[in-house]
Amino acid sequence: MSALSRASAQYSEKIDTEGLLGDPKPMWRQAISRLLAIRSGQIGLVIILILLFIAAFADVISPYNPQQVLIGVEQVKKRDAPCVHFLGCDTAKPQHIMGIDGNVRDEYSRVLHGTRVSLTIGLTTVSAALLFGVFFGAVSGYFGGWIDMIIMRLMDVILGFPSLLLAIAIVAVLGPGIQNALLAISIVTLPQYARVTRASVLSVKELDFVAASKVMGASHRHILFFRVLPNAMTPIVVLATLGIATAILDAAGLSFLGLGAQPPMPEWGTMLGSERNQIFSAPHLVFFPGIAIMITVLGFNLLGDGLRDALDPRLNHS
Amino acid sequence: MLGYALRRLLIAIPVLFGILIVTFVMARSIPGDPCKAMLGEKASAATCEAFTQRFGFDQPITTQLYIYMSDVLRGNFGDSIRFSRPVTQLLVERFPMTIELALLALIVATFAGVTLGIIAARKHNSAADVTTMIGANIGVSMPVFWLGLMLAYIFGVIFKDTIFWLPPSGRLSAGISSVPFYEVWGWQLAADSGWSKFLEFLSNLYIFNALVTFNWPVFWDAVRHMILPVLALATIPMSVIARMTRSSLLDVLGRDYVRTARAKGLLETDVVRKHALGNAMLPVVTILGLQLGALLSGAVLTESVFGLAGVGRLLVEAIFARDYPIIQGVTVTIAVAYVVINLLVDLSYSYLDPRIRQQ
Repeated sequence: MSALSRASAQYSEKIDTEGLLGDPKPMWRQAISRLLAIRSGQIGLVIILILLFIAAFADVISPYNPQQVLIGVEQVKKRDAPCVHFLGCDTAKPQHIMGIDGNVRDEYSRVLHGTRVSLTIGLTTVSAALLFGVFFGAVSGYFGGWIDMIIMRLMDVILGFPSLLLAIAIVAVLGPGIQNALLAISIVTLPQYARVTRASVLSVKELDFVAASKVMGASHRHILFFRVLPNAMTPIVVLATLGIATAILDAAGLSFLGLGAQPPMPEWGTMLGSERNQIFSAPHLVFFPGIAIMITVLGFNLLGDGLRDALDPRLNHS
Repeated sequence: MLGYALRRLLIAIPVLFGILIVTFVMARSIPGDPCKAMLGEKASAATCEAFTQRFGFDQPITTQLYIYMSDVLRGNFGDSIRFSRPVTQLLVERFPMTIELALLALIVATFAGVTLGIIAARKHNSAADVTTMIGANIGVSMPVFWLGLMLAYIFGVIFKDTIFWLPPSGRLSAGISSVPFYEVWGWQLAADSGWSKFLEFLSNLYIFNALVTFNWPVFWDAVRHMILPVLALATIPMSVIARMTRSSLLDVLGRDYVRTARAKGLLETDVVRKHALGNAMLPVVTILGLQLGALLSGAVLTESVFGLAGVGRLLVEAIFARDYPIIQGVTVTIAVAYVVINLLVDLSYSYLDPRIRQQ
């Protein structure tokens, strides 16, 4: 018997316990049910779930090994156009939905495996940027004063560069490669998280429950990381989701220029970049990786928009 | 207003200073012997000696920073390894191309974006609204280099031999060249002065140059070459601006003063144009400043797709050639341009919104 119904029995008053009994619905479950009611959230979630599925089972789904050169294995030529039996391609020929790439590999298998690479890129860069950005922003907003001043001026300097340009410059110093590209993108996007966290922490730290914690003698560390931050996460979650989209786009851009992932890694930007001079003779090798990038980025953008509406209706709908 | 402008300027100074320090630190983080890294592997011992003397590599780091700062402030970024020419000269030749591209894209994106946003907001929840917003969502998700390549394919190959054909690369067709306006007008330029550099810079804005010299064949040719790159580059900012305009206008159209305007019987066109639009444009102006950064970044990719000789391509090629003076010069120049542009946007914002000035 719950405390409430016991009280009700004790004082023989009729308290309507309906809805007050039972466990309260956790906040995240409320947020998810609200997200599922929003169109952009639904579509974004479906796209991302499909992409996650493809990434997890890329080895099973793809008809060929993405690195396998098909010379001598099948009767195919370099940069052959797509051959889909369903659309009337000669059934005697092997089926290659997205054609053959410049190194005589199955483009479809490579695009499927690219999902894994791109999702990893998006998640790792955003996690790294989040970790440091949220820490700097939280410390900056919570303590204020000269710490705030130093951290925020530093962030201003990073924001003083157009983001992709700074990423290119960092890669120029560190040398081309996927790891350096990811590091560069994390550094470049870090200030956004720091700024948003700072603003969010600034508004939360004035609330009464924080003051209560302080009165009870909690340490700064406890208040900041266990009281303030969890309640300041909403805008950060939205920004991080949208940030995955930007990170994937930027990484693809760097790879396209030859500064990010190096061949033979099946990264969409790299695949597109290495075949860009063949656009007039083999457009499918540019078309499909680009579509894959677009769908992935669209998925995270839609989910981010949906989350923004679901988590805080007062936030700006842009 | 003047007070606000001064305060805003004071905030920009530490950022500019920071940018110089960041680029200095990056240049000093290049692995290996700085002389071999900056001048190439074939640099002789004597050249290296002179180089070390010149940039103070044997001096304390603060002295090196001082030398670097005073060089940059005088617009001296050293000589390119690959071209054996001053980086400043290369910037004068290449930067106008990037500016032309980014500026045209910004103009197209603003006009198209604002128009689409207004249509979507006025016909809220109609087919036009939904289509625009789906289009805008897809627009922000497209990689600019992919869109560029697809446009080049569509207009260069599929529409070949039709009137829709557009040149997929380059700034001018073969056989057409742009004559600098100062030569057309017969000006005598003093060699190597700041003024003549500036005039040369202006004359490399081909469309501008053709306009002032009334050279219509060159003008049309330059414009035709710019259509595809500008379309590719403008798509993302256009989508962002359309979304922003729509949500901002929807917000303003729900305010009380708009209801009053409607209640007194004004035409809907007048309500939107004279009453709502002014206030709805404020957030859009902020977005414009941020989009300029995206435009400059996107220009790097667009130039590389369309074979345009701008600073973006100069930068990327310099990275592969390990031509560090160029990397440094281009990075500093673009970053400074970006900070200055944002400063101007902020100032115009305070002009549009008197509330900002009061703070």
